[in-house]
Amino acid sequence: VMTAHSFALPLVLFSAFWGLVGIAAPWFVPKGPNRGVIITMLVTTAVCCYLFWLIAILAQANPLFGPQLKNETIWYVRFLWE
Amino acid sequence: MGSLFRSEEVCLAQLFLQSASAYSCVSELGERGLLEFRDLNPKVSAFQRRFVGEVRRCEEMEKTFTFLQQELREAGRVLAPCPDNPRAPLAREALRVQEQSEQLAQELREVSRNRASLRGRLRDLRQYLHVLRESRRFTSLPAPLGSPPRSRALSEREPLLDPSLHQHLDRKINFVAGVIHPWRVSAFERLLWRACRGYLVASFVEMPEPMEDPTTGESITWVIFVISYWGEQIGQKIRKISDCFHCHVYPYPESEATREDTLSGLHSQIQDLSVVLEETEQYLAQVLDKVVLALPTWRVQVQKMKAIYLILNQCSFDVTEKCLIAEVWCPVKDLTQVQDALRQGSYKSGSSVECFVQRIPTSESPPTLIRTNKFTAGFQSIVDAYGVASYQEVNPAPYAIITFPFIFAIMFGDVGHGLLMFLFALWMVLYEDRPSLRQASNEIWLMFFEGRYLILLMGAFSIYTGFIYNECFSRATAIFPSAWSVAAMANHSSWSSAYLATHPVLTLDPNVTGVFRGPYPFGIDPIWSLAINHLNFLNSFKMKMSVVLGIVHMAFGVILGIFNHVHFRQWHRLVLEFLPEMIFLLALFGYLVFLIFFKWIKFSAANSLVAPSILIHFIDMFLFTSNADNLPLYEGQVPVQTVLVVLALASVPVLLLGTPLYLWCQQRSLRTSQPTLVASREQEPLLEGQEAGNSVNATKEDVESGGHSPDAKHLDLAELFMHQAIHTIEYCLGCVSNTASYLRLWALSLAHAQLSEVLWSMVMRSGFVGLRYVGGVVLVPVFAAFAVLTVAILLVMEGLSAFLHALRLHWVEFQNKFYVGSGYKLCPFTFTPDHWE
Repeated sequence: VMTAHSFALPLVLFSAFWGLVGIAAPWFVPKGPNRGVIITMLVTTAVCCYLFWLIAILAQANPLFGPQLKNETIWYVRFLWE
Repeated sequence: MGSLFRSEEVCLAQLFLQSASAYSCVSELGERGLLEFRDLNPKVSAFQRRFVGEVRRCEEMEKTFTFLQQELREAGRVLAPCPDNPRAPLAREALRVQEQSEQLAQELREVSRNRASLRGRLRDLRQYLHVLRESRRFTSLPAPLGSPPRSRALSEREPLLDPSLHQHLDRKINFVAGVIHPWRVSAFERLLWRACRGYLVASFVEMPEPMEDPTTGESITWVIFVISYWGEQIGQKIRKISDCFHCHVYPYPESEATREDTLSGLHSQIQDLSVVLEETEQYLAQVLDKVVLALPTWRVQVQKMKAIYLILNQCSFDVTEKCLIAEVWCPVKDLTQVQDALRQGSYKSGSSVECFVQRIPTSESPPTLIRTNKFTAGFQSIVDAYGVASYQEVNPAPYAIITFPFIFAIMFGDVGHGLLMFLFALWMVLYEDRPSLRQASNEIWLMFFEGRYLILLMGAFSIYTGFIYNECFSRATAIFPSAWSVAAMANHSSWSSAYLATHPVLTLDPNVTGVFRGPYPFGIDPIWSLAINHLNFLNSFKMKMSVVLGIVHMAFGVILGIFNHVHFRQWHRLVLEFLPEMIFLLALFGYLVFLIFFKWIKFSAANSLVAPSILIHFIDMFLFTSNADNLPLYEGQVPVQTVLVVLALASVPVLLLGTPLYLWCQQRSLRTSQPTLVASREQEPLLEGQEAGNSVNATKEDVESGGHSPDAKHLDLAELFMHQAIHTIEYCLGCVSNTASYLRLWALSLAHAQLSEVLWSMVMRSGFVGLRYVGGVVLVPVFAAFAVLTVAILLVMEGLSAFLHALRLHWVEFQNKFYVGSGYKLCPFTFTPDHWE
């Protein structure tokens, strides 16, 4: 498979998704005694999960070294995966 | 946000209760569970309190109830829990309960006694019956002149009846008949033979049916004996011996006719007695029925009554002795409810004067009240386990609802394990109303059950982090195609099969075009799970991730302190504490985060050989040195770093001296206007008395200890400097050590990944070796072993370990940035259903 992974597309998609969860959704939480707690939960979840994903993708964006594979693995991946 | 953000406002109030309606008012308040009563008579012993008589009466009633319950348990009846919620009884009702319960207890005692004696009598009669019946065999035949039939006493050693005794045979033969315990038979025989050798004939036979032993209650097969003897002295000896051996001896009628009469008489007696016994048992059952019906309600009622009197004991009487005064901690929101309850109580007791509540000012710190629901209660409890929030300080619980499961999930990240945990918690949540789950007696199960929402969130976040780490039971999944192309590398470096055969390990070089095709969009690339050097990459990734998340978490903690400073109107702390703390943290560790992100973005495989080491740069920053081998990350790095370090160092003395100096200046300006203040103080003794927070019963002497004036402030200032110095040192050193402490996120996630990897490759993979049908059968026990070890080691042990470390990170690294936690909980007076056995 020869598709290249873009960096911009996932960045936009996930930023939009977690932005929806953390910034837009709090406006739609129904009024009630638990409104504050639910909003806190939404914002905290969005921040934590987005940050975690961002660290994972940034750490791989510009790799300084590549994977070291066994010769069996190389043979298998080359002729069966690609 | 409601009271989860910070604890509710609680005030000190006084209740003025009319003596007549005090009981029903406290009963109403207890039903609603709003207030915490304070003990106004702490120095009075339990025996000298006002309502000690009533309390003692309640305790007597409870003793009666315990007796009744014991009787029920002996009869094998089960006591059901109280169906409805009865209120505390008024005086007349209480009296009725006491009388009825004592009457029932008395009846029960009598009936039990009767039954016991009837049973004993019946047993005796039955034994007598058996004795007569069995012994018929020995004595219905003519008196033995020769060998007596089935006589065990005459064994081989003893010859048949001595011919020399023939002459005595015309004397009268007497009998002793009775029953003896089977274990004593041989000793009895031996003793009889030694004592009365030859002058008796003893026969033993077992009773056909076993009967109860009155002393031990177990069922024993008794042995009936009949001893025929002649001679008065022998008879006496025999009787003494049978007494020694605790035999039941029964009068043995001589002639056949009397025997028959006695037998029939016994039969009729036994029948009559059985009828009487049955009726007694029925009556006993009736009494027990009555007890079962009434006891649960009584117990609840008397328990409530006793609780109310214990509370009333804590109140004090005012001078006119007509009114009880109680001091309570009351949430401000509930004051109207309290007034309502008092009104209801006064109405119920039929008094015309209403009781009322009055708020009083206090300088004592009120208790903390945070209202939670079934979801937030678990999270609040793990925060409270470290320390209950001080009055109205910011509560870390609403943030911990998400950050705690998230930090747990970083250390536990695995889709498969997370899914198992999530499903287990989901089962507990969906069936949480089942009493079998809720009221189990196993403490460990109850702990898991109480934390079911916590475990649910932990499992959910673990699934997410599992996807990011790309681990499902330690196997990676290629949701998207991998970003690394082996074919491109192989084509570029011409890796033929022969070449591969001679080189066991080869590396993919990202510098070659087409080998690396962009970052994997969601999580860690699956190629790394196949790579030998995967730990090199993962360790770097996880360590940097831990540091970044740790610094963000700690910065959030410092920011939460703002809310405390604003709420308590300590504006100086915003400038003199929050600002230097934030500058110190961000200038040093925020810059570290920036360096990490910068290196990720700016440096790639093209300049990988000269890529600088962040760690060396960071160390050089502190030491103001530079390393020639370590290239700068960006232009002008050294001056920027110098400025940041100077800024951070400058904030330390501000933090150390700022607040104490400010307070000292403030106090000095107050002291210049001191004389007027002293005068105004003396003019308002009444307010002072209550301001000191003492109770109504405090004397003048207690009040005076409250006003120390300037000398005390001086001492306080030294204390303040000391406290601030400790805080500064703790904060600055803590920043460094806590950042390093967050590296446990990396350590535990590495341990978890390695453990599950080992489990897979050593256990599960050995089940895939055989590829025939036999292999399929072998796979079943192998999977069983894999499943058991997964649950035991990876879910339970690793789960508990990650839970503990996440807890520590919250309690120490996060909370010591803003949380004091030296409060105490509001424990309202309420009637809790106690432990019913």
